[in-house]
Amino acid sequence: MTTDPPVLLPREQFGSLLEALARRGYRVVGPTVRDGTIVYDDLTKVEDLPIGWKDEQEGGHYRLKRREDEALFGYVVGPESWKKYLHPQRLRLVKAERDTSGHMTFTDGDEEEPVRYAFLGMKSCELNAMMIQDKVFLGSGTADSHYERRRKNIFSIGVSCGEAGGTCFCVSMGTGPEVTDQTPHDLAVTEVIEDTSHYFVLTAGSDEGREVLNELPATPAGPEHVSAAKQRVEHAASTMGRRMDTGGVRELLRENLEHPQWEDVAQRCLTCANCTMVCPTCFCTTVEDVTDLTGDNAERWRSWDSCFTLDFTWMHGGSARQSAKSRYRQWLTHKLSTWHDQFQSSGCVGCGRCITWCPVGIDLTQEVAAIREKDNHPAPTTS
Amino acid sequence: MSSVLHPPDASALQAGSMLPEPWVVVSRLEENADTFTIELRPAEEGTLRPFAPGQFNMLYAFGTGESAISISGSPENSDTRVHTIRRVGTVTSALDRLAPGDTIGLRGPFGSAWPIEELPGRDLVFVAGGIGLAPLRPAILHALAHRKDYGRIVILAGARSPEDLIFHDELLEWKEEPDVEVKLTVDRAGIDWYHHVGVVTTLIPQADFDPANAVAMVCGPEIMMRFTAVELNKNGLPDSRLFVTLERNMKCAVGICGHCQFGPEFICRDGPVFRYDHIHHWFSQREV
Ligand SMILES: Cc1cc2nc3c(=O)[nH]c(=O)nc-3n(C[C@H](O)[C@H](O)[C@H](O)COP(=O)(O)OP(=O)(O)OC[C@H]3O[C@@H](n4cnc5c(N)ncnc54)[C@H](O)[C@@H]3O)c2cc1C
Ligand code: SF4
Ligand code: SF4
Repeated sequence: MTTDPPVLLPREQFGSLLEALARRGYRVVGPTVRDGTIVYDDLTKVEDLPIGWKDEQEGGHYRLKRREDEALFGYVVGPESWKKYLHPQRLRLVKAERDTSGHMTFTDGDEEEPVRYAFLGMKSCELNAMMIQDKVFLGSGTADSHYERRRKNIFSIGVSCGEAGGTCFCVSMGTGPEVTDQTPHDLAVTEVIEDTSHYFVLTAGSDEGREVLNELPATPAGPEHVSAAKQRVEHAASTMGRRMDTGGVRELLRENLEHPQWEDVAQRCLTCANCTMVCPTCFCTTVEDVTDLTGDNAERWRSWDSCFTLDFTWMHGGSARQSAKSRYRQWLTHKLSTWHDQFQSSGCVGCGRCITWCPVGIDLTQEVAAIREKDNHPAPTTS
Repeated sequence: MSSVLHPPDASALQAGSMLPEPWVVVSRLEENADTFTIELRPAEEGTLRPFAPGQFNMLYAFGTGESAISISGSPENSDTRVHTIRRVGTVTSALDRLAPGDTIGLRGPFGSAWPIEELPGRDLVFVAGGIGLAPLRPAILHALAHRKDYGRIVILAGARSPEDLIFHDELLEWKEEPDVEVKLTVDRAGIDWYHHVGVVTTLIPQADFDPANAVAMVCGPEIMMRFTAVELNKNGLPDSRLFVTLERNMKCAVGICGHCQFGPEFICRDGPVFRYDHIHHWFSQREV
């Protein structure tokens, strides 16, 4: 596969990208500052982007800080992920009606007209997370019509990172920091700021991406621009705040279900479920049934759920996972081990959100390292 | 005869939708104080899908919710679906209020099946604890309807007390069939109980089957299945010819709500019927 020649778009012209997308009928959404965090919301102009902001991230710590430059994408990732658009936090699945004779009719409750979103500013880890959720909802036999309907309209604009965050480890997970052809996207962008110049290097990853590029006042990028962009990405790769040794991690966790580290982390974990809410790949849901006052109109709603709650495994007689130990173990082994069995990939893209947003700063890279240190089954046999 | 046994491919049997379809209650039978059997027919044409023994449906009580319930009726060209339900909570209590003529919502069938059609010539050992007999019943009925295809048939059923046994009369009828051994046991009983007393595993050494040729299908509480497996192993039956069915909280039944995960398995899709050696690693752990 040949890569399209990169083009150069000066900072002053970046607004033309938003305009081109709007002309094509896309609703452009992307990063913007709200209440001291970077969230994803509608973008109508370049100034809506988090210009000149960076996010300081550590275990249990997140703070926006001013940058020394006016970068548009100089932050890492916020607490939200794009899944909120594709896998809404709350969704009406079914509408049920009962007539006087008692007969029931069921109709699809998801009546929302799918929006044609352009996702502007998907970091490489986030493009990978979307690819992982595609496998969950669209792979293996049964497609989730709700996800499918929303997903098929998306125009994705990936942004390679020029700087890594304190809790990032995408290099360990093989998911970044550069947006490459390994991860489907429509456009890929790298932001470059040098002494006096501020520009973007763009490549198309799809036919529609190519069409959009043709509508921009862009010029072919010179080798100096391409190499400056490359340097930015290399800089990000070399400044990862975290790392994880993923060698054999699938077997490592599978064979260490009784490792003392699970007790150790259970002493710290509040089972608050924050990690699952911020994780861009977590997909679990619960349902709720409601009726109106007449009792003849019922609805079934689906909403995000978490394996950290006791209810999650509730059955007549009690929960299958009573202890915090078993719930943390379920989460981590699912992410890094059984996800491979289910979806042929890891369930973690190394975005670091779960570390940053954990109120007590539990860090999965440290938990894995601690388990590895006292691996109880150093030579695992895979059956 | 295939040497490697697997539950039939689940995905091939699966219906994908989250939309229930209306079904009407045709009849209702009380099994015991908290368990009842309902027979359902589709209210609309084209919604009767074939099922395999061991599969389940999601039954929807209007406005209350859905429950995963195994199909307990015969798989032989039947135009109704039979379910045996124990009242334990909100949804099952709402289902308990159903009478003939009432409508409910149904999605399914879902999940993997007992490998019953792959077992010609085998001795069949069914071991049930309590309501666990319900998901086994379609397999037993299939075996009895194709009696010549199988070797000996052994049915071991346990319950807490004689009053808790389900399909009691039918069990006694099955006992009369040629080459069918039915043994019943309860944890405690009065003097009018002339069967065994004790846990169901104690019946295994007395049962007459050829361990070199038998296949066991087991359904009951997890602890009962664990001990049953140990006892069957002791009597020469390996894990690879032992099938169990697992139960977990389930919201979607199509492998996306995440609730029924058991290690790498989604019980709704990869199960509920599993070959025991395939899940042994996880089944031997607590709180999976
Ligand atoms: C594959 C499968 C087959 C089953 N077959 C049968 C059957 O043939 N007959 C029968 O009586 N029961 C069967 N069950 C169990 C049945 O699904 C539960 O008893 C029922 O969901 C309880 O719902 P409830 O609202 O009455 O109870 P509540 O305790 O009020 O339940 C609240 C919620 O917890 C969940 N839940 C509670 N108990 C269970 C459980 N044991 N299994 C799964 N989810 C549970 C449900 O999501 C329910 O909505 C089966 C379960 C599974 C997974
Ligand atoms: S597990 Fe943590 S680091 Fe991995 S993708 Fe989820 S939130 Fe990001
Ligand atoms: S690991 Fe942290 S964020 Fe996740 S449930 Fe435990 S305390 Fe909450």
